[in-house]
Amino acid sequence: MNLTLKIWRQKSADHKGQLVDYIIEEVSPDMSFLEMLDVLNDQLISKDEEPIAFDHDCREGICGMCSLYINGEAHGPDRGITTCQLHMRKFKDGDTIYIEPFRAKAFPIIKDLIVDRSAFERIQHAGGFISVNTSGNTQDANAIPISKDAADEAMDAATCIGCGACVASCKNSSAMLFVGAKVSQYALLPQGQIEATDRVLNMVKQMDEEGFGNCTNTGACEVECPKGISLENIARMNSEYLKASLKG
Amino acid sequence: MALNSKIPSGPIEDKWTNYKNKIDLVNPANKRNIDVIVVGTGLAGGSAAATLAELGYNVKAFCFQDSPRRAHSIAAQGGINAAKNYQGDGDSVYRLFYDTVKGGDYRSREANVYRLAEVSSNIIDQCVAQGVPFARDYGGLLDNRSFGGVLVSRTFYAKGQTGQQLLLGAYSAMNRQIGRGKIKMYNRHEMLDVVIVDGKARGIITRNLVNGKIERHSAHAVVLGTGGYGNVFFLSTNAMGSNVTAAWKAHKRGAYFANPCYTQIHPTCIPVSGEHQSKLTLMSESLRNDGRIWVPKKKEDVEAIRNGSLKPTDLAEDDRDYYLERRYPAFGNLVPRDVASRAAKERCDAGFGVNATGEAVYLDFADAIIRYGKEQAHVKGLDEDNPTLIKKLGKEVVKAKYGNLFQMYEKIVDQNPYETPMMIYPAVHYTMGGVWVDYDLMTTVPGLYCIGEANFSDHGANRLGASALMQGLADGYFVLPYTIGNYLSNDIRTGPISTDTPEFEAAEKGVRETIDKLINNKGTHSVDYYHKKLGKIMWNKVGMSRNAKGLKEAISEIKALRVEFWEGVKIPGTANEYNEELAKAGRVADFLELGELFAKDALDRNESCGGHYREESVEESGDQKGEAKRDDENFKFVSAWEYKGEPSDAVLHKEHLIFENIELKQRSYK
Amino acid sequence: MSGIFSSSIGRKFAMALSAFFLMFFLLQHFAINVTSVFSADAFNEISHFMGTNPLIQYVLQPILIFAVVFHFVMGFILEIKNRKARDHNYAKNAGHANSTWMSRNMFWSGMVILAFLGLHFYDFWFPEINTKFIEGDWSGMHDGEFRYFHELQEKFLSPVRVSLYVLAFVLLAMHLLHGFSSAFQSVGANNKYTEGLKLFGRLYAILIPLGFVVIAVYHHFNHIH
Repeated sequence: MNLTLKIWRQKSADHKGQLVDYIIEEVSPDMSFLEMLDVLNDQLISKDEEPIAFDHDCREGICGMCSLYINGEAHGPDRGITTCQLHMRKFKDGDTIYIEPFRAKAFPIIKDLIVDRSAFERIQHAGGFISVNTSGNTQDANAIPISKDAADEAMDAATCIGCGACVASCKNSSAMLFVGAKVSQYALLPQGQIEATDRVLNMVKQMDEEGFGNCTNTGACEVECPKGISLENIARMNSEYLKASLKG
Repeated sequence: MALNSKIPSGPIEDKWTNYKNKIDLVNPANKRNIDVIVVGTGLAGGSAAATLAELGYNVKAFCFQDSPRRAHSIAAQGGINAAKNYQGDGDSVYRLFYDTVKGGDYRSREANVYRLAEVSSNIIDQCVAQGVPFARDYGGLLDNRSFGGVLVSRTFYAKGQTGQQLLLGAYSAMNRQIGRGKIKMYNRHEMLDVVIVDGKARGIITRNLVNGKIERHSAHAVVLGTGGYGNVFFLSTNAMGSNVTAAWKAHKRGAYFANPCYTQIHPTCIPVSGEHQSKLTLMSESLRNDGRIWVPKKKEDVEAIRNGSLKPTDLAEDDRDYYLERRYPAFGNLVPRDVASRAAKERCDAGFGVNATGEAVYLDFADAIIRYGKEQAHVKGLDEDNPTLIKKLGKEVVKAKYGNLFQMYEKIVDQNPYETPMMIYPAVHYTMGGVWVDYDLMTTVPGLYCIGEANFSDHGANRLGASALMQGLADGYFVLPYTIGNYLSNDIRTGPISTDTPEFEAAEKGVRETIDKLINNKGTHSVDYYHKKLGKIMWNKVGMSRNAKGLKEAISEIKALRVEFWEGVKIPGTANEYNEELAKAGRVADFLELGELFAKDALDRNESCGGHYREESVEESGDQKGEAKRDDENFKFVSAWEYKGEPSDAVLHKEHLIFENIELKQRSYK
Repeated sequence: MSGIFSSSIGRKFAMALSAFFLMFFLLQHFAINVTSVFSADAFNEISHFMGTNPLIQYVLQPILIFAVVFHFVMGFILEIKNRKARDHNYAKNAGHANSTWMSRNMFWSGMVILAFLGLHFYDFWFPEINTKFIEGDWSGMHDGEFRYFHELQEKFLSPVRVSLYVLAFVLLAMHLLHGFSSAFQSVGANNKYTEGLKLFGRLYAILIPLGFVVIAVYHHFNHIH
């Protein structure tokens, strides 16, 4: 199939960017979206043009590196996948596809479609851990029985790949699904209880400082999340935060 | 230089304990004055960085991704082994040790493997304490599953995302240290050289991938946890960015490279769909617990399936060849990875491949669905003879176990694996070879350590499922933090290492020259053009099955391709900006050297062992006829290659392997 | 506790609290209005009580005013902050693919409700304040009978006003359709009752505004003159 691509090009953070049109022909429906961009880049290089910069790494939907906003949706029109798992069979011959970077003030553009998501890392530095040293004489793993339900729920929260689709999809550029998932994973496990108060206060404080917007519960993040992280995690973070605020 | 593996004396059970009791320690006040560089932040690098920082060292950690948590360890699906014996099925440290050595086809170092098995239990304890949400049973205790090549259930897992959860665990430990300022994290940085001062590794040269700045970083020791080099095949299950550059630069600075030819070809990957393919997707080996692998018995059925006139589900039971169950009745579909992969290749080469390219076999869940469905119907007291109900119940069970994998398959292939068998084919997955290290995990360069997949140490010629995560975390959490202290105890009076020295100057100059050469090369082809060519040579001649003729051809073809690359590669843009083509070019340049050494090593090793299969070394007769034939008499050693300029000039050093606790046997899975 | 209301979640919480109060107020306002359909006398009695009881006039009324003002001001502040969080908009954004119109346009439905409140104040509240606090007439009487029911019917004579009224309540319904469950989410409600609450919220969001509309339309067609 033949497609028209409207792709955001921006030389660097300091340059102004714009959408540029590209025509690509003979796209196989079995290609992944990123493989389609590989082909386009190969063509650009052979024409002595600069290839399009985009983030990607594992190409199997788990590293969370890929990040495109395709036709108005994070990771494109399919559900429960990252961009690298999006296949061209989701598009039709003659389609025009908009490809833009994830946009948020807290995610400044590095180049073309690549954005800097280090705000997410700083939030995790603020409290995304349980303070336990590596000693080799930690108590036996089965000494802490955890109900299957709690373990499964913690696992569901922990599957977050931190790609930033939630922020990109949110009309407010809010990071609460991401932070909610991180807070929830520990809040649901007995190991996480001791530091629960500081954790949620510190992580939310850092989230606010990074300049993310506020959640207005539209639920767009949950729909666009490649890992199906539930809005319940935001509710849990809210109650954890309010409890923690009362405790001081 | 003679290789000294520095294996401690004494009985194997006591070696590690005795070692830990006798090493020199660094007191806490002195640790504050010692810097350690960790390159790579996967399970090995991440856990090492966190643990070293906890101990009090100043850690500088580097990764090329935008966050440590994106390292490719994250993609490991199935699980992590540990000799906990929670299932009471007779597991023990010795048995894990034994299985790993046997699974590696007796080409690993006993003492290292025993230590790995010994600390395996600690890993699970540590990860649970960190909040890793391992799967649990209804009693709230940890659940286990079994994996290929072993007879016990010792694999701990977190859905099909065990690697992700363990990496996030290690990253959480890093977070704590980054927050405390004990780890300084350098994301989007690539290591381009090791700096040796007075014979010791004292720093690295890096390139900031965002702005192209070349930087010098110094430390008292350098640790590489930079993963494997499977991408030398272009198509592999590795991430697009996975590369050999850090390990190769270390090799060029004096670190021996061991067993480069030991590559694991994983049997259950999604087949190649076309020329545009950029990577291959693995489906967890755990699928073989329930899936049955087959191809049609008759060629005409193969034809009919390929041209679409026959559906695989319509083929009668008698017309199917469950070739693993036929050839290996004891282990059946659960034979180790190398055996399963070769068997698939054998059937496809014989013309029984079931897709258009002839390179796919079926992995069928129809029987499992019925078996589970009947079990559920029985448990729930429902009609066990109602086929629709049975199928429905069975699908639910299969979905609960493998739902995410099935969904992934459907997204990629556009077929529903609940209704029609999956198509799979082997793909390059893991490299057992790597930088040679001694018992301390130190390379032949003093102060330069190598951990995780990047080193060669624990898996011999073949790695068992769920052992990679175990090794990465064992090295990073529990081994290196001890052994490196032994070395650093001599460095407490060294003081800060200056980067303003001729050695740093020279290393930086070398890096800049290479980059200038690449960026100013007015060639005609993109980097991928050469990488794909290299991949084809590797896959066809240095792949699952190798012979002297093909290997010799491969060596000369790679050599020629390397010349072609340096003349013809074209890199757009400049060196002072984000430039992925430039980064890729540097990596492919190193693959083009490694590839040749790889083939040279494969040629030199004229035996079949583990993932390395030489067509010249096959059992000629007996009940093992046609199976791989290992040659313990002539090849019971580690091949450690010393760099001497061109890969063809590399000098072989042999570390002879001594087996005192395990009797060498033919690996039989019949 | 310090700083809670300057944090993102604290602000959400405050929004939710004022919303709860306003939703409760709306419910009682509806309960009073609905009596006007059945009994002019009852409506007059209750209105007079509400209009003259010191507790309501001097305690609850200021709280209500504060809640209304707070909800709007905070809504504005959050809207501005949220818009600032994205300095460059998408060329193509498919918001409809992942969220409801109501949820994405709380600001606009809120603005319509604010405009309606202006009209409402102009119609009822300002005259009330004028009569009671400026003219000092606390009797509630006009021409020898309670004035409340009459005033109500008079206002619903105009088809334009009734139309604006209907439009405002449609927007209010939409505001509530998202706002009700959103408020519970913001205070962290997440338990086995959440699903039931959501259902209740949908009923509330549709039935209460619908009720107001029915009352207005009823009086438009049934005024006694």
